Amino acid sequence: MSTILKSPAPVQEAATTATMHVEARPLTVALAGNPNAGKTSLFNALTGLRQKVANYPGVTVERKEGLWHLSPDLPAAQLIDLPGLYSLDANSIDEQIARDVITGRLASVPLPDCVIAVVDATNLERNLYLATQLLETGRPLVVALTMIDLAARRKLEIDTKQLSDALGVPVVPVVATQRQGLDALAEAVMSAAESDPPATGWHLSDEAERELAALAANFHAANGDANGGEHDGVELSRSARRYNALVELYAEELPEAAAERHEAITAARARLSEGNPRWWQEPLLARYEWIESVARGAVRDNKPGRTSRTDRIDRFVTHKFFGPLILLAVLFLVFLTIFSFAQLPMELIDGSFGKLGELVRASLSPGLLTDLLVDGVIAGVGGVLVFLPQILLLFLFISLLEDSGYMSRAGFLMDRLMHGVGLHGKAFMPLLSSFACAIPGIMATRTIENPKDRLATIMIAPFMSCSARLPVYTLMIAAFFTGSNWLGVPVGVLIIMAMYLLGIVVAVVVAWILKHTILKSPPPPLVLELPPYRMPNPLNVLQTIRTRSWMFVRRAGTVILAISILLWALVTFPRMDDAGKASGASAQTTATTTTTSTAPPQATDERATATTGAQREETVQPAAGASQVAEALKNEEGGDSGAGEQIRQSYAGRLGRVLEPAIAPLGFDWKMGIGLIASFAARETLVSTLSIVYNVGADATEESDTLIGAVRNARRADGTPAWTPLVAVSMMVFFVLACQCMSTIAIVRRETNSWRWPLFMVSYMLVLAYVASLITYQGGRLLGFS
Amino acid sequence: MVSLGKDLTDIKAKGEERSAKAARGATTLNTLAHGVEARVVSVEGEGAVARRLMEMGVVPGAPVCVIKAAPLGDPIEVRVRGYHLALRRAEAQTITVVTSDK
Repeated sequence: MSTILKSPAPVQEAATTATMHVEARPLTVALAGNPNAGKTSLFNALTGLRQKVANYPGVTVERKEGLWHLSPDLPAAQLIDLPGLYSLDANSIDEQIARDVITGRLASVPLPDCVIAVVDATNLERNLYLATQLLETGRPLVVALTMIDLAARRKLEIDTKQLSDALGVPVVPVVATQRQGLDALAEAVMSAAESDPPATGWHLSDEAERELAALAANFHAANGDANGGEHDGVELSRSARRYNALVELYAEELPEAAAERHEAITAARARLSEGNPRWWQEPLLARYEWIESVARGAVRDNKPGRTSRTDRIDRFVTHKFFGPLILLAVLFLVFLTIFSFAQLPMELIDGSFGKLGELVRASLSPGLLTDLLVDGVIAGVGGVLVFLPQILLLFLFISLLEDSGYMSRAGFLMDRLMHGVGLHGKAFMPLLSSFACAIPGIMATRTIENPKDRLATIMIAPFMSCSARLPVYTLMIAAFFTGSNWLGVPVGVLIIMAMYLLGIVVAVVVAWILKHTILKSPPPPLVLELPPYRMPNPLNVLQTIRTRSWMFVRRAGTVILAISILLWALVTFPRMDDAGKASGASAQTTATTTTTSTAPPQATDERATATTGAQREETVQPAAGASQVAEALKNEEGGDSGAGEQIRQSYAGRLGRVLEPAIAPLGFDWKMGIGLIASFAARETLVSTLSIVYNVGADATEESDTLIGAVRNARRADGTPAWTPLVAVSMMVFFVLACQCMSTIAIVRRETNSWRWPLFMVSYMLVLAYVASLITYQGGRLLGFS
Repeated sequence: MVSLGKDLTDIKAKGEERSAKAARGATTLNTLAHGVEARVVSVEGEGAVARRLMEMGVVPGAPVCVIKAAPLGDPIEVRVRGYHLALRRAEAQTITVVTSDK
C-alpha cells in the first residue's frame, strides 16, 4: 500500500520546462539502506510524510512513498522508501522487493532515475556492502552519509571527498533531524539522474569474469524473445546485463525466470567450483576487499578500542543474570501501567458515550431510528473505543522498545528459548507486537527469511493476547474478580497475567508441533544486529502510536460499527408481535414509562421475571410477552423484562439457542452464544454485543445498569446466575485461544497468499479453544468451583 | 554443512599458507575466549546462513571479538567491523578464526 501526501511547499509544475535541462517529468528516486541507518528519518525529512522509525532491524516492511521537492523548478520527485536491508541477494522478501524496485521489475513502480544509498557513518564498512551492490545494478547512485554527528562524537574522522572519489559517486553528509545537507542531496540526485552511472570498482578472478561475460552475452541473446519481467522495449545496458548475469550466476537457487539459461548457468557453476570449492564466496570477498580499500583511505579512527555507551548499558541489559530480570521487569511494568494508568481515561470515554447516548435519545423522538443510533451505533462503537487508552499505551511501549534498540536485546535474550521451540529470536519481535495486535505482528514476520519459520510464527501469533482481548478480560475481571488480593497483588491482575501466560504456553507447544510436523525444517539460524542504543525520537514515537491506533479506530468505525448495526438488527427483528406493539403503544401514551419493548429496552434484570412461569415456557411466547408487558407497565422504573423476551425470540436469540447445546458444556448460555458468534468478526465485539444483548441503555446511570452490573445480575431460565467466576474464566480461556478476528484472517490470507493457511489457523484454534474451555469449565466444576 | 574437523584436515592436507597459523592459534568462533581479538580465516558452510554472515561483514580477514554469551549460553554477541552481531554457536562454529595478538 502506498500513500502519497502532498508536501506543504507549492508545486510549480507549469513554470519549469523552459529553464531546466531535465525534461519536466517527475523523477523517481529510491531510498535504500541498512536497518538502523537512519533511512526512515531521512525519508521523513525529505517528504514531510511521517513514518515508522525503529531500531529493530527490518521494521520497515511496507513500501512507502512520498513527494520530494528537489527544487522549485521541478515537479516533485516520487521518493520510494525501500525496506531496510543488508544486501540485495534476495534472502528475504524485503530484499527481493527492494531488488525488484531498483531494477524496475515491479510493474507498479517506474524504474528509479536515481537510487540513494543511506550509509551510516559509524558503521561504514558493513553499510557500504549494500552500496556496492547498488552500484552493480548500474543505476545512478548517490550516497547519503548519516550519523555523521555520532561519528564525530566517537572521534571517527571521515573524508567525504575521498570517499566520493573512491566510490565514484557523490557522497552527501546529512543530519536529517536538523535538515542539514538536504539541499545538497537534492542537487546531487538531480545531476546523478542525468549522468552515466559509474562502473563497479571490484573484479572477480579471470575465470569468473569470463563466465560472467559469456552469461551476459547469452542473456542479451535470450532477452530478445523472453524478457523475464523487464520493462518492455527497454534495451538493457551493458552494466545491467552484467548485473543480471552476476545475480543469476551467484544466486543460491537457479532463477525462475531464466529457465532457458539454466543449462549455461549450471555449467558455468560446475566449471568454477572445480577450480575453487568456495567459488560462490568470490563476489562477497571481492566486495569487502574493495570496501576495505575504500574505507582505509577515507576513515580515520582517532580513538580505537573505546568502550561505547551501548557497551556499558549492555553490561546490565544482556547480563547473564540481570538481563532476564530486566526483561521480566520491563514486561511486568508495561502491563501494570496499561492496566492502572488507562483506568481514568477509560472511565471518561465510557461516561462520554453514555452522555452522548442520553443526549441523542432525549433530542430525538422515540422510535426505531433513535434506538438504532443509541443502542446500535453509540453503544457498540463506544464499547470498543473505551479501550483506546490501553491500546495507545501498549503501542507507546512497543514503539519505545523498538526505537531505543531494546527489542533486539530481547530477541538476543529470548533466542535460546525460542530456538528450543524451533523458532528464532527474530520471531520474538513479531510475537511481542502481537500482544498489541496480531496484524502488525504478522506483517513484521516478513523479516524471517525461511518461509516455514515465518509460517510457524504467523500461525502462533494470534495466541498472544492482543489488545482486542483486553476488553473481554477487563469486563470479566471487573465483574467477578475485583476487590480481592492474593499476596498483596489484586487477583484480577494475576488472572490476566495467567491468560497471557496461557496464550504463550499454548503458542510454544503449537509451534513445537508445527515445526516437527507440517512445517518441518532445519533449525533456523540467527544473524541479528544489536544496534547501538538511541534515544527514541519523540516525534517518531508519536507518529507510530498515531498510525497504529488509527488502524484500531478505523476498525471501530467500520467493521465494528457494521457488526453493531447488524447485531442490533438481529436482536431487534423480528419484532415482538401484537404484544410488543401494544407495549409500544402504551409506552407512548404512558408518559412515565420511558422504556419501550419495541426497542431493545433498557435493563435486563431478569430476577423479577424469572419467577413468572411464562418466562420458562419457551414455546408460549405471545403469552410471555403479554405478561411481561403487563409487568413492565406496572413497573415504572423500567425494570421490565420485555427485553429478555424480545431478544429471546429475535433472530440472534434463535441463533444463540441453536448454538446453546454446543456451548453449554463450556458453561455458556445462548446470550453468550450471540456474543461468541459476533466476536468471530472481532473479539472486542463481545463487549458491545453483550451491551446490546443485556440491553445496557445509554441512560444507564446506576451501577446495576452498567454492563458489569448486567453481567453480574444476568440469570438463566432456572434463575441461577448466568455468569459465575468459573464461566468468566472459561470465557477468557476461549478468547485466549480462538482466532476471532476477521482482520487477522484477511492479513494471513494476504501474507501467505492462500486460503489454506488462514482456514487451517481458524479451525485448529477453534478446536483448541473449545477443548480448553471445556476442560476449564468441567474440570473447575469437578474441583468444586462455581 | 561442512564440519569443522573435515575442514581442519582439509587445510592441513592442502598445506595452504594459512596452515602454519592454523596450527598455532586457529579455532572456531564459538570456542574463542571472550574479549580476545581475532581475525576470520574462513567461513565454512553453504547456503543462506553462510552468505548472510559474509554479507554482514564476517569474511576472511575481518577482525572479530566475542563480547559475551546470552544467559542460556547461546547465542553469542560478536563485535565485527565496529558493530555488534548476535549469532548462534552453531553458526559460530562454521567460522574459523585466528587470534591476532601476533
